[in-house]
Amino acid sequence: MHEDKPSQPAARRQISLWKRREDFFLGLIAIVLFLLFWETSVAQGWIKPLFVSSPSRIAKALAMMIADGSIWRDLRVSGLEFALGYGLAVIIGIPLGIMMGWYRRINAVLDPFVSALYATPRIALVPLIVIWFGIDLPSKVAIIFLSTVFPILVSTITGVRTIDRDFIKVARSFGANDRQLFLTLALPSSVPMLLTGLRLGLGHALIGIVVGEMLGANAGIGYMMSLAGATFQTDRVMVGLLIIAGSGMLLTQGLRLIERRFEMWRVDNRN
Amino acid sequence: MDQTQTGIAFEQISAQQPASARSIKMAARNVRLDYYNERIGQLLNVLAGIDLSVHTGELVSIVGPSGCGKSTFLTAVDGLISIDDGEIRVDDQIITKPGPDRAMVFQNDSLFPWRTVLQNVTYGLELQQKMPRAQMLERGRALVELVGLQGFGDHYPHELSGGMRQRVNIARALAPDPQLLLLDEPFAALDAQTREFMQAELLKILERTQKTALFITHQIDEAIFLSSRVAVFSARPARIKEIVSIDLPKQRTLAIKLDPRFRHLQDHIWRLIEEESAQTGMHNHA
Repeated sequence: MHEDKPSQPAARRQISLWKRREDFFLGLIAIVLFLLFWETSVAQGWIKPLFVSSPSRIAKALAMMIADGSIWRDLRVSGLEFALGYGLAVIIGIPLGIMMGWYRRINAVLDPFVSALYATPRIALVPLIVIWFGIDLPSKVAIIFLSTVFPILVSTITGVRTIDRDFIKVARSFGANDRQLFLTLALPSSVPMLLTGLRLGLGHALIGIVVGEMLGANAGIGYMMSLAGATFQTDRVMVGLLIIAGSGMLLTQGLRLIERRFEMWRVDNRN
Repeated sequence: MDQTQTGIAFEQISAQQPASARSIKMAARNVRLDYYNERIGQLLNVLAGIDLSVHTGELVSIVGPSGCGKSTFLTAVDGLISIDDGEIRVDDQIITKPGPDRAMVFQNDSLFPWRTVLQNVTYGLELQQKMPRAQMLERGRALVELVGLQGFGDHYPHELSGGMRQRVNIARALAPDPQLLLLDEPFAALDAQTREFMQAELLKILERTQKTALFITHQIDEAIFLSSRVAVFSARPARIKEIVSIDLPKQRTLAIKLDPRFRHLQDHIWRLIEEESAQTGMHNHA
């Protein structure tokens, strides 16, 4: 907030904690007010808890699930599905994307397939995946993989292909061979797009977990939610929702940290 | 600055040789270049036979109407595009591709944004892989200092001003110790004040490093101020219209721009370009 009084460093030091973190505090207050309103409207009987549960009920349900240990099993199963599906998508998506972005011919051969699959809603593939992999772990991994690999692949291709032509001229002028052009130019300049792909893929992977487990499973957060929903246990559905949203935010934040590490040089990364 | 400590070998030469005794660094003979324009589906003759030589230690500027092929010629000397007839020799070797004997200072500084100033400067050396890393960094630091950017080695390009970025651009070109420096309107994007300052800086750097240079510009006063000779290109297809000798004192300060002789040369070159621009109906904004 140095635009307040840039010429008076002494005054800047006296700006209160509130002023420095205003946005954060405003957000915090909004959440607290919202939770209070939620709790009150259920407690006052304005809305039935069956529809919206309430903060205290959700907390109670979560405490119970921790106490009986069922939540750990669901987390473990979903976590494993995520790690395998997302990991596989990264391992395959990034190298393939680099190859397709760099070699025109490889791109010409594979592009029709990638475009067609990218345009297809991945949920439409679920029946096929069930036929191929059943309803156990492999089918969930396959769904998550297919949800995730295309955003990563397409972003990587774009990153490699949109190298500044002036940069290529500079590298060539300094006598760079193809390998050097790739290592010193194509790779570093595609890092931002590559990270964007990873972040997009993250969102798709979470959708994949829920969709895959709702379809048929015997454990996992998505499975727990669909089971709770079918038996009108709104509190437990809300716990699942909270976990999905929370892990989504946590993972995105984690990626943001990695991005900062790699994008020190970016102009728009100084906040 | 003690050059022997910085490890820059090219700074040893100091004595100014008389022009007559100088060897020819770059010689272009009857250089013809055609360019196929895909949009209009036509083969355009860009260079119609350029004859130009540059002596060792000399700075020659090229001016001419917009779009006349100045940049194309420079790119051909760098070896990034091939010519259709004639030959270009540097140190008597025919040019076919880019080589460490030449280095280009591009108009857009084109610094790699993910590299620090120092890493940008050592880029060419990294590609060559001719010297150990420690030596490379030492040389890079010496060059950062030479262009007046001491203390900025670890900054990223986006943290620098336009003038500073062009300094890095020049240092990057100097790093592989080229014999011939090719500058393609390096100061065009700078504001007038910074540009004049950078012109004086460039002369200092060239004198210290004893480099030969070919300089392209739209600014006539810039061309005169920097050069011992100014080559005026005709409108496309480009020929050499005239080579103007700049008979001004060797030591140039910005005050020289007020000299009547300077004004006279400026007027003369302006007229030459105007004649060419009038032919093609293009108006020159110099």
